[in-house]
Amino acid sequence: MTDATNSPSTGPMLSADGTPLKKSLQIALRRQKLRALMLVAPLLLFVLISFIAPIADMLFRSVENDIVSETIPRTVIALEQWDYEDGGASAPGDDVYAALYVDLSEAEEFKTHTRLGSRLNYETTGMSSLLRKTGRGIGRMDTDEYTKQFEALDPTWEDPAAWVAMMQAPGVAEILPETASAWQSWQRIVANKNDVLSEEQPEDFIYTMLYRDLIAQPASAVAAYSGPGAAMLQAADSAVDGFEPISLREQFLDIDKDWADAQIWGTIKAFSSPYTAGYFLSSVDLQLTPAGIEQQPENQQIYMMLFGRTMFMSMVIMGSCILLGYPIAYLLSNLPLRTSNLLLILVLLPFWTSLLVRTSAWKVLLQQQGVINDILVWLGLVADGDRLVMINNQFGTIVAMTHILLPFMILPLYSVMKTIPPSYVRAAKSLGATNWTAFWRVYFPQSVPGIGAGSILVFILSIGYYITPELVGGTTGTFISNRIAYHISSSLNWGLAAALGTILLAVVLVLYWVYDRIVGIDNVSLG
Amino acid sequence: MVSTNTDDGFVVFDGVQKSYDGENLVVKDLNLSIARGEFLTMLGPSGSGKTTCLMMLAGFETATNGAIRLGGKEINNIPPHKRGIGMVFQNYALFPHMTVAENLSFPLEVRKIGKAEREAKVQRALDMVQMGDFGGRRPAQLSGGQQQRIALARALVFEAELVLMDEPLGALDKQLREHMQFEIKHIADNLGITVVYVTHDQTEALTMSDRVAVFEDGRIQQLAPPDELYEQPKNSFVAQFIGENNTLMGKVEKIDKDLAVVRLDNGDLIDTVPVNVSSVGDRTLVSIRPERVEFNRERLLPDAHTLKAEVLEFIYMGDIYRTRLRVAGKDDFIVKTRNAPDQRRLKPGEVIEIGWRPQDCRALDA
Repeated sequence: MTDATNSPSTGPMLSADGTPLKKSLQIALRRQKLRALMLVAPLLLFVLISFIAPIADMLFRSVENDIVSETIPRTVIALEQWDYEDGGASAPGDDVYAALYVDLSEAEEFKTHTRLGSRLNYETTGMSSLLRKTGRGIGRMDTDEYTKQFEALDPTWEDPAAWVAMMQAPGVAEILPETASAWQSWQRIVANKNDVLSEEQPEDFIYTMLYRDLIAQPASAVAAYSGPGAAMLQAADSAVDGFEPISLREQFLDIDKDWADAQIWGTIKAFSSPYTAGYFLSSVDLQLTPAGIEQQPENQQIYMMLFGRTMFMSMVIMGSCILLGYPIAYLLSNLPLRTSNLLLILVLLPFWTSLLVRTSAWKVLLQQQGVINDILVWLGLVADGDRLVMINNQFGTIVAMTHILLPFMILPLYSVMKTIPPSYVRAAKSLGATNWTAFWRVYFPQSVPGIGAGSILVFILSIGYYITPELVGGTTGTFISNRIAYHISSSLNWGLAAALGTILLAVVLVLYWVYDRIVGIDNVSLG
Repeated sequence: MVSTNTDDGFVVFDGVQKSYDGENLVVKDLNLSIARGEFLTMLGPSGSGKTTCLMMLAGFETATNGAIRLGGKEINNIPPHKRGIGMVFQNYALFPHMTVAENLSFPLEVRKIGKAEREAKVQRALDMVQMGDFGGRRPAQLSGGQQQRIALARALVFEAELVLMDEPLGALDKQLREHMQFEIKHIADNLGITVVYVTHDQTEALTMSDRVAVFEDGRIQQLAPPDELYEQPKNSFVAQFIGENNTLMGKVEKIDKDLAVVRLDNGDLIDTVPVNVSSVGDRTLVSIRPERVEFNRERLLPDAHTLKAEVLEFIYMGDIYRTRLRVAGKDDFIVKTRNAPDQRRLKPGEVIEIGWRPQDCRALDA
């Protein structure tokens, strides 16, 4: 806030009591603004909480991908050292398998490995079953050999209390980094089981990590340690070289040979970052493979086709609405008020019946044993054997949706046409124009804003339409929205659904912008 | 009945009737003949049928009965766009999505006139209404007066011989309206076109017209040149509708060919011209224009009847004085006098004697 002291020498305009005029004005306006804000606050909060926030969250899911880095964080870090090479690629080294071993041991306890499997399965089929299988097998690996060898060396290794004491000692984390990291997982596992840490003997993966740490550390580092269990640790350090090594890679391969497949590791690496463009790529029939962005296999390319179909059918529906709605709106706007009000009620009547009822009515009318086919057969126009297929295809969707969306075209048209004075057409005729010329050159251009408004409304409503195509669309008449609903409720691939929805939203916004550039949104009039 | 001389009967309404609901006649038996080059105004209050007559002539309404002829040819069944009649609408009806030049070019385009000729004609029409530089503007960018000029130019650009105007100046302010009245009149005179002009503004009708047809109740009450209409109204409706007017009620006491003595309801006698009275004893409404009332005894005939009047109010209006008097028991008797150096200013409370030349006071239907 500015006051008189730091303003230029001419000084600000002062109000009668000496405060700067701007300040007084602000104070006076603030109360008004606050009042206005208070009035809209309930609705604003309601919309924010129940509408905007969920939508924003949903859209965010289209890029969100932290499940991989949260479930197998060590593996993700270990994989940074490894590069996927197309063709002659090889699986990563033992470090990565060790990291995966610890990660999956924890994930198996929390059952998060199945979620990870479902997620990665969207990208490479087989990942889900691979991870389930590995989860089941991870407790039965041969790593208990390490445990037995440590116990044989010193039975104190069986004592959970000794472990707790040692792992809590300062400096251990530096000497035994992998063990310390695995120990954290172990703490979470024990807590999840509601057990006491000092009473539970650590599982094999802790001993495995201990073995790896002791092999990796130079003897001097271990010898420098003097905390709890120092003797036991130093004894183990000198003995580990004689332990029989167990290849974790082999252990994983025993569970499933796919773990040798570089493709699997490539997929994990490609989707290891917390944000991904993968869902968006899938939405446009591309895929993120370990080797980069590629086309989806031909038989899986459906989304571009669906987007195209949605656009095309929405255009057709919009066009039919213009063709059918324009004459009605014209009639309505040129009738005496009482008659036109009655007709307007008839136009609005469909709004008072359920959408489901209207759509179902079209099923009754259009199906092969339906009313229209019966009449055509009765008239002899169509043979009983080959009744027309008018439902569960594009035709049915277009007919039903045109009917349902027609009022949204008629109302803006009507309100625009009502404001066109009849004297324009009269003037045109008096100037020598025929009925058609007067309409086309004078009346029609002035009704264009109504067409624009109606078209935007109908088009935007129809490209997001769900219920009607779902009910009467069959396989050839479904929209992108039906696919989104499928991913939300059936396949549970919410990320892909969110990406498809985001694209749909973007398309609408782009069309709106294009329309604004061409026609001008100021020219859109809803009356 | 049919006049073959198109100069006398360029536009002819012959027994035209119009009804919208089959029960009431909006236009009752209209007979009107308009000469070529004439400026005829249809004047009347709203609902008097004047606009309906215009719309029938333009072709937007069909006559229920009777014939309308243009240049000797019956046009009842000719659609509006083939009548070749120019029309100026009340709200101008300039096409908002076209520029001024496109608006003017429109009637030429539909007549399939070549581009060069079209442009020349448009420019000529724009120059005629002194709007030569405005061809590229949109109607919304023009003021009301400018739109009015464009509407006029558009009605004239295709060289129609007959131009209809439906209260074209109604939306303009007073000063502009008066200016446009003269301008329309001059343009019409210069081009020699026939104009049928509809208005409810009597000043406008008097200023512009060759003849005025006063409409009321679906009929023409009087068809006459402006001066005749003002000075010799044929009935009490016309007298009261046109200009300001003092009225007194009375009974015919004595009647000659061109002088009737009327006894007012308070017993006073006055001299009048008999117009709609025929015999002694008839109830009559006596009409006298405020500016024809005389209170200078010397200017009246020696044997003229006079009335006592009490001055109630004196209003100074610049060019004239307006004095309200109580005459024969009525408080709304107005006298208008010119503001001249020797003019006497009456004072409220003063009692004077007023009179008039018998030919200025008309005994009409009661």
